[in-house]
Amino acid sequence: MRTRPLYGRGLLALSIATAVVLAAAGALVAFYAPLDADQGVIQKIFYVHVPMAIVALCGFIAGGLMAIQQLRTGERKWDMRSYVAIHLSIVFGVGVLITGSLWAKRSWGHWWVWDEPVLVSFLIVFLLYCCYQPLRFSIRDPERQARYASVFAIAAGAFVPINFVAVRLAVQRVHPRVLSETGGHLPGAMRLTFLVALLGVALLFATLWKLELTSKNASEQLKRLRARLEATPLEGPAGAPPPPVTTVPARPEAT
Amino acid sequence: MIRAAGAILRKDLRIELRTRESAPAMALFSLTVFVLFHFGLHRDTLDGALAAGVLWVTLLLASVLGVNRLFVAEREGGALDGILLAPIDRTAVYLAKAAALFLYLVALELVAVPAFAVLLLGPGIGPAFPELLAILLLADLGLAAVGALVSGLAAETRARDVVVPLLLLPLYVPVLIAAARATEPFLTTHPGPHGLAKWLGFMALYDTVFLLLAVAVFDFLLED
Repeated sequence: MRTRPLYGRGLLALSIATAVVLAAAGALVAFYAPLDADQGVIQKIFYVHVPMAIVALCGFIAGGLMAIQQLRTGERKWDMRSYVAIHLSIVFGVGVLITGSLWAKRSWGHWWVWDEPVLVSFLIVFLLYCCYQPLRFSIRDPERQARYASVFAIAAGAFVPINFVAVRLAVQRVHPRVLSETGGHLPGAMRLTFLVALLGVALLFATLWKLELTSKNASEQLKRLRARLEATPLEGPAGAPPPPVTTVPARPEAT
Repeated sequence: MIRAAGAILRKDLRIELRTRESAPAMALFSLTVFVLFHFGLHRDTLDGALAAGVLWVTLLLASVLGVNRLFVAEREGGALDGILLAPIDRTAVYLAKAAALFLYLVALELVAVPAFAVLLLGPGIGPAFPELLAILLLADLGLAAVGALVSGLAAETRARDVVVPLLLLPLYVPVLIAAARATEPFLTTHPGPHGLAKWLGFMALYDTVFLLLAVAVFDFLLED
């Protein structure tokens, strides 16, 4: 008998969509997008770097919004969502810094450039969010952990735009940047490729987010069931059926 | 709420006056860092961007000491429970702590800025005094607003002394940018054009955002 999965409903469809869009984006980057006249093939890293940066920043902000929801409702699931969003954004952030470095080395000749406001702001934001996990896991009480982590997520979420303004004001000489041109002047083929890549990375983020939440919820449920099993004394003659743990109705926790 | 905040602030200041644990330590620390910079940079006098950077980095590092100790009395004596039992708004605790930190920072700068002018600065700071005062006060407000929030966040964690600087210094980066850039033209012998209004405006924005934000969320840190 095939049972409906308790957790992660829709995860399969989301994964398939992610795989399809990412494959399409890869094909577009490889065969369709034109070679950049100045930078050559290295410019294609743009289709990985910029979508990842945008998705990571949106993930940080989303983590802050979910944290607001957590403080308002006091529900643990919002804390979980906020935590997973920020945690994944940090992972994406590592990718952004590495791809950004590679691109900078190839096109400007340095591994790191300080007069690129977006890159510098991203580094500062990344350093700030790196403290999220140490802060979170140095608090034992789960309820307090959720509250403190939420306060941090909100403050840091507000910090992201302010920091961008500050760094942008500080950098006088501005490099010719591809990002500022995404608005209008990007050639059609590049723009289409970029948008597909952005969609693919965003879907990847959503899939990973859902996957991690699903696994966290499932393992929590497992822990609850185990605790119940241990609490139920095994009595009666040998070979008696085990207590009916498996039929315990699972608390429906939408992921 | 203002009265409650005032009472907590008076209590903090009285403890500080008797024990002298925060502000003198911050001031002494800043002098030590100036000496470190003198040897680290191998320069007898500084001016311009270098001077502004050394001054502000020193002030930010010294403020970490104050932030670390902001909730010490409450934590060690278990006094926070007493404050929470009192029928007052929890925001009063935040306002009092931010005000105390602000005063410590002012005390720090009363020592550190003249000492910097004597020890390291090439050009004099006399003529630009009003502008410097405005920059210092606006920056202090932002540092105090963020510092009190971070202190409250870290007060209950195990690795408190590690969490505070790691959390605080990235949050201070916008203040550092604005304050150092605003100070820079006033620390040169031939001051050029300055964007003072831009940086003061930015610091005012930073102060407002973080003060409001901290007032909004601080309650949740004390909810037990």
